[in-house]
Amino acid sequence: MSARDRILAKLKANAPATAGELPDVAAWYAAHRSEESNADKAKRFRHFIELAHAEVYAVSRGGWLQKLYEVLSAKQIDKLLVAPGTPHGARAQAELPPLGIACPGYDAPIEGWKAAMFNETPASFTAARGAIAETGTLILWPTADEPRLMSLVPPVHIVLLDAASIYNTFYEAMQTEGWKDGLPTNSLLISGPSKTADIQQTLAYGAHGPKELIVLMIEENI
Amino acid sequence: MNAPQTPHALHFMPSAGFRARARDVVENPFLRQSFRGAMDFLMSKRAAQFPDPEELESLRSLGERIRQYNLAKLPELLETLETNLTRNGIKVHWAETPEEANAIILGICQKHSARLMVKGKSMVSEEIELNHAAEAAGIGALESDMGEYIVQLAGEKPSHIIMPAIHKTKEQIAKLFHENVPGVEYTDNVDALIQIGRQVLREKFEIADIGLSGVNFAVAETGTLCLVENEGNGRMCTTAPPVHIAITGIEKIVEKLEHVPPLLSLLTRSATGQNISTYFNMISRPRQPGEKDGPGEVHLVLLDNGRSQAYADEQLRKTLQCIRCGACMNHCPVYTRIGGHAYGTTYPGPIGKIISPHMLGLEATAGLTTASSLCGACGEVCPVKIPIPDLLIRLREEAFSEPQANPAMRGQGAGHNGLISAVWRGWSAVYSSPALYRTASWLASRFRWLTPRRQGGWTSVRTPLQPAPKRLRDLIKERN
Repeated sequence: MSARDRILAKLKANAPATAGELPDVAAWYAAHRSEESNADKAKRFRHFIELAHAEVYAVSRGGWLQKLYEVLSAKQIDKLLVAPGTPHGARAQAELPPLGIACPGYDAPIEGWKAAMFNETPASFTAARGAIAETGTLILWPTADEPRLMSLVPPVHIVLLDAASIYNTFYEAMQTEGWKDGLPTNSLLISGPSKTADIQQTLAYGAHGPKELIVLMIEENI
Repeated sequence: MNAPQTPHALHFMPSAGFRARARDVVENPFLRQSFRGAMDFLMSKRAAQFPDPEELESLRSLGERIRQYNLAKLPELLETLETNLTRNGIKVHWAETPEEANAIILGICQKHSARLMVKGKSMVSEEIELNHAAEAAGIGALESDMGEYIVQLAGEKPSHIIMPAIHKTKEQIAKLFHENVPGVEYTDNVDALIQIGRQVLREKFEIADIGLSGVNFAVAETGTLCLVENEGNGRMCTTAPPVHIAITGIEKIVEKLEHVPPLLSLLTRSATGQNISTYFNMISRPRQPGEKDGPGEVHLVLLDNGRSQAYADEQLRKTLQCIRCGACMNHCPVYTRIGGHAYGTTYPGPIGKIISPHMLGLEATAGLTTASSLCGACGEVCPVKIPIPDLLIRLREEAFSEPQANPAMRGQGAGHNGLISAVWRGWSAVYSSPALYRTASWLASRFRWLTPRRQGGWTSVRTPLQPAPKRLRDLIKERN
C-alpha cells in the first residue's frame, strides 16, 4: 500500500458517520455585516488601507494619468513598468514617455530579464479587479498581460482602482463574482505595502515586497 | 489499532530536558522581559480587533463549526482536493512520516539539480526538519521570513509559531547581522536591519531554483492553496523560482471556498491583531501557456506525522481544528514565563502540548502535559474553540495511567510510575473510608515531627509542608 492509501485508510476507518449540515456562512454575514452605499464603502476602504500605510488619491475616470504623472514626479521616479496589453498600461505607455518617464512593458517571459526586474525596476503600474471595504484590501487577479511579479518586485506599486467595484467583505466579493467556478492561476488580496514586525515587534515597511503602495481611486463625482 | 510506529525524534532539540530548560529561562530576567512584553503587546492587539463580544463569540462558533464539518469529511475532502489539484496541474504527494516528506522534497530538488531553495514561513517544514535534511543532501535551504532568517542565522529554532525571533532583542540581531552578513556595519535601527535582510534575500529570490512554502488553507472544491503573510517573501517563494513546493498537514483542508473568509478573519485578528494580513495569496495552477511568470511546476506534499492518530479519537480529533494563530501561547502564563524554546518541540505553548504528543509520542512529551495551571485562557481565546484544557487533562491520563494493551496513543503510560500510582491508590482508599481517614489523620498529626524537611520541588522555593498539630475535627470538638 502507498503512503496515500495508508493515510486514507486510517482516516476512513475512524471518520464520523456524518458531518452534519453545511456551515451557514451566508447567515453569519447577513446577520453581522450590513449593506453600504458606494460612497461609504469607498470611505471605509480608504480609511483602512491608509491605516496600513498606503497612499490613496481620488481621481476622475479620464484624469488618472495626470495624477499618476504627479505621483511619479514627486517621488522622482523616471521609469515605470507597465502592462502594454491592458488599456491603462497602453495609455500610460503612450502618454508618459513624452513627459520624461520611461515605460518599459512587461511583454516577455521573466526568465529573459529577471535581473532587470529585480534590480532596475523602481516602480510598476497595474489595475485592481476590485477592493474590500472592511479590511482596506485590493483584489488583484494577475493575467498573462499583467503578470504576478508586477505587484511584488518593484519597490513602488501603483494601482488603479474603480471605486464602483468595492465590496463590503471578502465573502461578498467571492460570492457576487462566483470565484469558486473560475479562479485564475493566482489571485491576490493586497492590504498595504509589505511589512514586518519580526524585530522586537517594531513595525517596518518594505520587508520583501513593495515599500510603497499607491492607489489611484476612480470616483464618479470627481 | 495499528501497531505503534517508532515516532520521529527531533534532531535539533531533544524534547526531554524540558524542566531544566524551563528553569534556565525562568532565571533569565532578560528573556522573561522579552516574552512578557511581547505577549502583552499581542494580547492587547488581539483584544482591540474584537470590540464586540457577541460578534467574537458567534464568529468563533462559526469557525469551530467549519473546522469540525471539514474534519468530519476529511478523507473524502483529501481525495477531492487531490483530484482538483491534479486537474489544475498541481502534483500531489503523500507522506506518512517526516522522513518520507523530506525524501519527496529533496527528490524534486535533485530532479531539477537544485542548489538553492528559498523558504517561506512553514512550521510543517520545521516539523520535518527540512533544513537539516537539505543540508545533509548538499542543498542550501534559506529561510526568507525575516524572523525565520534571524533564527536561522543564529542557529536556533523559532520560539513562537507566528513571531519566530520574539526572544531576541534588536541589539542581539544587530550583532548577529554585523558578524554574519559580509560588509554590514553594526546598527540597531530596526528599519536599517530590515533593509539589510531585504537586500540579502532579494538576491536569493532572483537566483533560487526552488521555492518552498506552507499552506494556511487548502480549498478542496477549487483546488487552491491559500497563504497568509505580511512580508511578501511567501509570494516571492511561490512566484519567482521555477518550481514551487508547498507542504502542509493533512488537516488544513476546507471543502468550500466560502469557508475561507471567516477563518481568515479569525486567524489574522487572533494572531497579530490585524484585520487582515498584507497579502492573501491564492494559488490554483502552475504557470499556464502565455503567462510570463510564476513557477512552471507546483507540488503539494500532504503530511500525516501523527495527525491520523489524533483523528482516530473523537475527543483528540478536536486538536486538528487548529488554524495556527498562536493566540493560545500569547495568553498562556506558562509560555509567557518560559518562552518557546523550553518546550523542545516544533510547536510550543498550549497547542504544542496537545499536538506534539501525536507527532513525537508520549515517551518524549509526557512532561509537557503537566506544564499547565489549567487556568483555561488558551481555551477561551482559541478562535475555533478547541477545548485545550480538557485535552491536556486527557493527555495527562494517557501519559501517566498504567500501560494498556490497545492504547489510543503512542507512548501511552510512558510517564507511569508504580510508586506514585500506589500513593494515589492509598490516598483514594483513605479518602473513601471514614474509619481509615480518622486513623490516618490521627497518625499524621501524632507523627508530624517525622515529616521530611526536603519535599522535592515544593521546598525548592517554599517552606516545607507539615500536618497541623491538631486536626480540624479535634478543634471543632474542643470548641463545642
